Amino acid sequence: MSQPGEVLLLMVLLSCFAVLGTDRLSACIRIMAAQGVLLGLLPIWIAPGISAHIVLIVAGTLVIKAVVLPRVLLWAIRESAVRRELEPVIGYGASVLVGLAATAIAFALATRLPAMPDPTLPLLVPVSLAVLMIGLIVLTTRRKALSQVIGYLMLENGIFLYGLTLANGMPLLVEMGVLLDVFVGVFIMGLVVFQISRELETLDSRRFAEPRD
Amino acid sequence: MRLGALVLVPILGAVAAYFDAPARRSRWLVGAALLHLAMVAWAWGSPPATSAIGWLRFEPLGGLVLTLVSVVFVAVAFYAVGYLRREDPRGGRAFVSALLAFLASASMVSLTHHFGLLWVGMEATTLTTAPLIYDPRDRHSLDAVWKYLLVCSVGIAIALLGTFFLATAQLAATRGGGAALVLEDLVAEAPRFHPVWLRAAFVLLLVGFGTKMGLAPMHTWLPDAHGEAPSPISALLSGALLNLAFLAILRALQVVNASAHPEFARTLLIGFGLLSVAVAAVFLLGQLKYKRMLAYSSVEQVGILALGAGLSGTAAWGALFLMWCGSLAKAALFMSTGSIFIRYGSKRTAEVSGVGRVLPLTAVLLAVGLFAVSGSPPFGTFLGEIALLSGAIRTGRLGVAVAVLALQAAIFASMAAAIFGMVLGRPAAEVVSERGPEDRWLTLPPLVLLAGAALLGSYLPPALRGAFDAAARAIGGAAP
Repeated sequence: MSQPGEVLLLMVLLSCFAVLGTDRLSACIRIMAAQGVLLGLLPIWIAPGISAHIVLIVAGTLVIKAVVLPRVLLWAIRESAVRRELEPVIGYGASVLVGLAATAIAFALATRLPAMPDPTLPLLVPVSLAVLMIGLIVLTTRRKALSQVIGYLMLENGIFLYGLTLANGMPLLVEMGVLLDVFVGVFIMGLVVFQISRELETLDSRRFAEPRD
Repeated sequence: MRLGALVLVPILGAVAAYFDAPARRSRWLVGAALLHLAMVAWAWGSPPATSAIGWLRFEPLGGLVLTLVSVVFVAVAFYAVGYLRREDPRGGRAFVSALLAFLASASMVSLTHHFGLLWVGMEATTLTTAPLIYDPRDRHSLDAVWKYLLVCSVGIAIALLGTFFLATAQLAATRGGGAALVLEDLVAEAPRFHPVWLRAAFVLLLVGFGTKMGLAPMHTWLPDAHGEAPSPISALLSGALLNLAFLAILRALQVVNASAHPEFARTLLIGFGLLSVAVAAVFLLGQLKYKRMLAYSSVEQVGILALGAGLSGTAAWGALFLMWCGSLAKAALFMSTGSIFIRYGSKRTAEVSGVGRVLPLTAVLLAVGLFAVSGSPPFGTFLGEIALLSGAIRTGRLGVAVAVLALQAAIFASMAAAIFGMVLGRPAAEVVSERGPEDRWLTLPPLVLLAGAALLGSYLPPALRGAFDAAARAIGGAAP
């Protein structure tokens, strides 16, 4: 049992709820940057010792998730002058409640899974599943394209957390490839968000729902 | 070394095309495509050595997908030369580089036997094709690319979780001996995997890569992306990209097949397959735009592929053969719609008529392509359909066979009505007045692809036949 690791994990979960309850997009992006810092620090407590592998993962995660991606998204907001998520499909209070339900389901699910091969941090699996589900909630219940990118980023963070259980078994090349793909993906999404806003001067993705069949 | 070169050559081509003079861009594109195809042919002749840690490997299943992708890519490259000349005022710098980068990621997906690299390659195919779909730079293509990026990225993220579950299963089974995630190790260790991890991993991989493949109900992005992308890109998406996602699902199936209870995976594949064919049949009724019509026909095609893989036996062989012939025909159809869009300037079926008089060769390609995708002789799709249906009947699933045939008949009726409505009739006066010779860059590539589909149906070289048999056996099927 490693105390600092548990605390970091709970802070990651709290940051997800902060996103669920916030309507200011720039605040959401700053929270995601903080979540990136927490994720970047976590491998230090999970790994058995400091190796080149761990140093690279920590540095890569911090640079990409805590610095570069938030900057890209903040740039997209600044250029498009959209500040708030005005019309979420479900309200902020309600979405926090749905997030709580998802967390409960994640913890129930994690206890039913077969034993993990490497149980260093018992909280890791339930928290990762909860973060993943809250990411999906943000993705499906927010209408602004930028909020959806934030949801996608959270979903990826949940999967990253689960991936930490395998940190000692995965080859570095693959982890770096995954990190790079996520980075480029969110980068391109940021560019598209910028194009959408220029095209329509609003970041509302509801218009995609117009029937075309 | 030679395997790495299959990935590196397109990357170098992409870089060169980006920095070289605009006039030479098409040469880089066609040159790299032809070189890639030649290297694939060489790999069949003398199989290259497996890469040092076993991550890249050339074997019949991946080789067949790679060859198909390479052939479709060469056709698309030639077509793109004509397309860029007419349609791209920006000179196609990003277009050509993204195309070649896609080829590199496609090589990686087909050659790798490491599930982590497979995921990295699949995500790279999404990212390299996104700028291609957005190439027209209008509102519709922007809508399409956003939906494509978001839905496929979420899908691929779910596939990543599935990959991690597979690693957990391996790590637990080998007691911390490492989760190498190399296909051959996974197949050897699969009997010892905890069924819960393996099941969860397969479901997530199927849903995740199935999103990319366009299986219903995760297909929602596909009609938009295939309908709004430039025609060479639609041809590439339907002729190459869907098959790469199918290969990824087949890799997961290979692992499950080696475990004690593979039945659940087959049932899932059959279910998703039937649902996709049914969804395509419903949405093709009264479809107003011709490219969206072809896109729903792709949903049907991937449904048939999943169905064949799930039925196993000779149906799996049929699925692989249909993958080849159907993709050639579908790519040709999308290419011929490109000529129509350039001339008529509309994507609505109702606004296009008299193609037979205005663009005679394109009209022939459309009509012949319709029969080629629908599985009529002499095209290879006919042989594939027969193998698939007889496989279904032999495994006692007569109901599945009958349902598929009925749905396919409905699909054929919808498509035939639309296509013959376009080919026949009287063209509008302003379309006729600008009548000129058809662009050979736009008509020869689909012609060659359709000829290939017809040739495969009448004569299958023994070596190729052997490759299909071996690939079918690799996914738990049998040669007919």
